[in-house]
Amino acid sequence: MSAFEKELGNSSKNISKILKSKSVSWSLVVLTSLLLAPFIGVYPVLILKILCFALFACSFNLLIGFTGLLSFGHAAFFGGAGYIFGYFMKSWGIPAEIGIILGVGFGAILGYVIGSLAIKRQGIYFAMITLALAQMVYFIFLQTPFTGGEDGLQGIPRGKLFGFIPLDSDLVTYYFVLGVVLLAFLAIVRIVNSPYGQILRAIKENEPRAVSLGYDTNRFKLIAFVTSASFSALAGSLKALVLGFATLTDVHWTMSGSVILMTLVGGLGTLTGPILGAVLIVMLENKIGEIGFFLAEVTGIQWFETLGQSVPMVTGIIFIICVLSFRQGIVGIFTRVCRPGR
Amino acid sequence: MNPEFFIPIPVLLSQLTLGLVNGAFYAMLSLGLAVIFGLLNVINFAHGALYMLGAVLAWAGMNYFGVGYWTMLLVSPLIVGIIGIIIERLLLHWIYELDHIYGLLLTLGITLVIEGIMRSAYGVSGLPYAAPSELRGATDLGFMFLPNYRAWVLVASITVCLATWFFIEKTKVGSYLRAGTENPKIVESFGVNVPVMITLTYGFGVALAAFAGVLAAPMMQVSPLMGQNLIIIIFAVVVIGGMGSIMGAIVTGLALGVLEGLTKVIYPQASSTVVFLIMAIILLVRPAGLFGRDK
Amino acid sequence: MSSNLLSVEGLTKEFNGFCAVDNVNLKVEKGSIHALIGPNGAGKSTLFNLLTKFLDPSSGKIIFNGQDITREQPSQIAKRGIIRSFQISAVFPNMTVLENVRIALQRKLGTSYHLWKSVSTLNTLNKEAMDILDSVGLAEFSDTITVNLSYGRKRALEIATTLAVNPVLMLLDEPTQGMGHEDIDRVKELIKRVSAGRTILMVEHNMSLVASLADTITVLQRGSILAEGSYSEVAKDPQVIEAYMGNAHVEVLGEH
Repeated sequence: MSAFEKELGNSSKNISKILKSKSVSWSLVVLTSLLLAPFIGVYPVLILKILCFALFACSFNLLIGFTGLLSFGHAAFFGGAGYIFGYFMKSWGIPAEIGIILGVGFGAILGYVIGSLAIKRQGIYFAMITLALAQMVYFIFLQTPFTGGEDGLQGIPRGKLFGFIPLDSDLVTYYFVLGVVLLAFLAIVRIVNSPYGQILRAIKENEPRAVSLGYDTNRFKLIAFVTSASFSALAGSLKALVLGFATLTDVHWTMSGSVILMTLVGGLGTLTGPILGAVLIVMLENKIGEIGFFLAEVTGIQWFETLGQSVPMVTGIIFIICVLSFRQGIVGIFTRVCRPGR
Repeated sequence: MNPEFFIPIPVLLSQLTLGLVNGAFYAMLSLGLAVIFGLLNVINFAHGALYMLGAVLAWAGMNYFGVGYWTMLLVSPLIVGIIGIIIERLLLHWIYELDHIYGLLLTLGITLVIEGIMRSAYGVSGLPYAAPSELRGATDLGFMFLPNYRAWVLVASITVCLATWFFIEKTKVGSYLRAGTENPKIVESFGVNVPVMITLTYGFGVALAAFAGVLAAPMMQVSPLMGQNLIIIIFAVVVIGGMGSIMGAIVTGLALGVLEGLTKVIYPQASSTVVFLIMAIILLVRPAGLFGRDK
Repeated sequence: MSSNLLSVEGLTKEFNGFCAVDNVNLKVEKGSIHALIGPNGAGKSTLFNLLTKFLDPSSGKIIFNGQDITREQPSQIAKRGIIRSFQISAVFPNMTVLENVRIALQRKLGTSYHLWKSVSTLNTLNKEAMDILDSVGLAEFSDTITVNLSYGRKRALEIATTLAVNPVLMLLDEPTQGMGHEDIDRVKELIKRVSAGRTILMVEHNMSLVASLADTITVLQRGSILAEGSYSEVAKDPQVIEAYMGNAHVEVLGEH
């Protein structure tokens, strides 16, 4: 067994207990502040953007953290669903929830196709195959006329919810998206803690053994892949709804890299880690220019002022630090500190 | 038959040689990737970035120091090889015990840093780099004009590929390398310093990428992002060929380049996706890859 | 033929021209303990992998209970009741000991694909799991995270997990590998106990264990069967003695 699995396992072990004790009160605090946020002067669209990425990272973690599969192609589901949602909202004027369902359906079907091919190989090949197939999806979106090429889809209308609740106001959208994200998060928590989730854990820990006990592990992995792709597509559709555009950035492999980073920073195989990771990485990307100016002022090194243009480089450095010395992520380390000896 | 459906022979041949040249790049890069994976168990995501670095160094040598193509063809791989050795000693070195996933993620981080630095220095637009004067122009082969530079790239890269193959499969040092991929302990018992061998292998693998980069510089736009999409194609090549065989990597790379060239003539829209499509088909009919070992 | 639970006909596995298993014919009698021995590289593990379809044979047939299973998937083979163990301990390291056994029991509940149910629905299996753990002497460790168990107890847990799927044929790959004397004795007792009403095929290097447990012994060498019979028959076979010459096992074999 590899050290990787050991570390993942230890952190996922503890999290359920933590959740039940202190974290109930913590979740209430977070929930209340989310519900009140628009009234205390926080810009709702930024929170929504973070929520979409948080959901994306949680869906991704369903695979890497709880099944042990590294998909390097999740941008295809996230960004692709955004395009599908945007296209139907723009050209057909359908209700928002139908658009979201279409986006999720797209993610599920694409997830089935990519997943069926990728599970034919294991380990590092799985990652390379998902990456390559997602790149193919990227090129297809780049060339198909309806996506608007390099410009992407702009001005996607939010439409009406159920045909009669207009989503024009940020506030209505805020509560709608918040509700959907919360439900999706609860669904992921349940999947992880279901009889099915137990088998996924078994596959992550020792796949040959799970096979020898009579489980068709490829089928379990495929279902996990489709589920994860669908939730990622949900996140992508919601993001297109909130921001009103869909671009190639969201389909490109660097987006797959971002979601890996969010999950890694927060803690692979923890339930709350990816959320925390998403908050940190999105905030960092938004604020990095200011941080650069601050650093330039403190240290007197002019170069820091250009930090705003170097998001990928900063991302790369965080990747390196995380892999070398921070593999359990924030939540993983937190739970270890709180429960020493485990 | 409508004559418009006929593809003009010169166009076809031109695309085929271009495809062959691309295939030679695929071969050289996937070769390095396979050699590195064999010994280090790391999938080197940074391969594309180091290929780019090789090309940018060639450009920089010319623009800042007036150092020409031929010198840079040696110096650039040397510098990148040394950078590779530093990367291996400083970073990769720590993660061999971990799951393969971490190797991929670490080299992804390195990629982002290298590309980020180059981007803040040169932006994303292409840097012009001219072929050396000896290789400008084209040769009339009777049935087509073959640009001299293309011919040179083909000869050079296939020679390097075959030399690598010979070195690994037929020499004593190569046999240590091959044994090292199976069981490092045994090689150590022959008195070989395995950590040094690993470091040098990584250095060599990325030097090969840089060599490809210099070769590519006069043909393609030298830009900080030139390796970004290439590395994913290389991954597909490696999935198709399997990483077990050196010759397999060379043949797969060349064949895919040619197929891509053909696609450019027949159905240009699919030329950027054809390699991935072939990968999908291979996964369906022969999941272990063309030259992959049984399970 | 009816007394043979498993029969293998002409089984061959080639890797790039090298025959790891070469035209092996093997019959495992129902209710017996059958041991496979042979020097390292004799093809024992490959044979195990072929029988459980972790590898595809190049040619030959595998017949289980009168049915040809040569083309089946590993998980289908397991569903027929052929359950294998592995050389390295086959446990789920970061689950509790109880959860390990429960994974095996869970399949018969038929809810393994139920994403929407709570994991607490599996608690109905706890009593049965505890009984099985009790039978291998691990009841007191039920809440321990498996990674913290001693090596011998991990192997015991592995057997418990295998028992939980109620196997018809147990394939044990070196059950005492890397164990101290005490653990070996414990595993020997355990195998003896669980063999009642079951058929066991095992690869084992420990000759005293083989001598005291096995009804039939098959000796493999370079992928082929060298000899077959009871312990006393095999130990006298000149070919077998020659094959083990210069090998550490010769002394072990000589003891008996």
